[in-house]
Amino acid sequence: MASGPMEQFEIKEKAELFEIGGQAISWTNSAFWMVISAILIVGFFALTTKRKLIPGKMQSLGELSYEFIANMVKDTTGAEAMKFMPLVFTLFFFILAANLIGMNPYAFTTTSHIAVTAALAVFTICVVIVAGIWKNGLKWFKIFAPSGLPFIMYFIIIPIEIISFISRPITLAVRLFANMVAGHVMLKLFAIFAAFLAAKGGIVAVGAILPVLATTAIVALEFLIAGLQAFVFAILTCVYLNDVYHVDH
Amino acid sequence: MEEQAARYIGAGLAGTALIGAGIGIGSIFSNYLAGALRNPSAAAGQRTNLLLGFALCEATGLFGFVLAMIILFA
Repeated sequence: MASGPMEQFEIKEKAELFEIGGQAISWTNSAFWMVISAILIVGFFALTTKRKLIPGKMQSLGELSYEFIANMVKDTTGAEAMKFMPLVFTLFFFILAANLIGMNPYAFTTTSHIAVTAALAVFTICVVIVAGIWKNGLKWFKIFAPSGLPFIMYFIIIPIEIISFISRPITLAVRLFANMVAGHVMLKLFAIFAAFLAAKGGIVAVGAILPVLATTAIVALEFLIAGLQAFVFAILTCVYLNDVYHVDH
Repeated sequence: MEEQAARYIGAGLAGTALIGAGIGIGSIFSNYLAGALRNPSAAAGQRTNLLLGFALCEATGLFGFVLAMIILFA
């Protein structure tokens, strides 16, 4: 009856599509829920952009979400970074939709797989590197050597800066992945515990109320975390985009 | 059998990373609250930094959790 806490993250292959270099590309439950979240986002913005002069309830919802991201990019990186706003916007809403969909029973959390989050994080860092070199040329590498230090300090600072830059995609990916996995494992553990107590019967079964209450509280916390992690991913993208525009710290 | 026992001990030890995360999150929120009571008008502007600090801090603890999961299931 009660399955293990990790079984909810299992990737189920629905159909094999084609092969690239010996690696089978398949249609999985993860891919299915990713498509669902993409459809939800597109549907949401199709519904909320009627372009009336006086916005109705739905339109102001869409405009609020636009302004939220636009202000985030402006405040963190500066007005010149508005070119990257579509990237931050897409990342935020994709992660938010994926996280929130994952909170539904029987749905699959795509962001609970490090392959998905690592792809997003590596892509973000690649954008920073490419855009930085595109805009500043080789001078961009000065982000590893902040100016105004005694010469001898550069032997210590440059390796530290390089390591901290390399750890960015790793922490970005692991943060989202770990948060999602931890939350869902915790939910499942409490649910299993409640089922275990209820199955005992008699006076012990009354105790099952406690883990059920705990599960309810954790669901609320998880909804907060779902929004917060999308927000953190977006704002850290903005912070990293700083390196494109402000090379000299 | 002993290897399995060592595995469980290691996973438990990796979970202790959450001690630091707990202390850190408590410190962030307590300092935010203290600052917000001293200067309530500036509090709203710092909420972004509060949440950012919270998430960055929580993540370090969760790295330990991930390590525990890797030890147990991989």
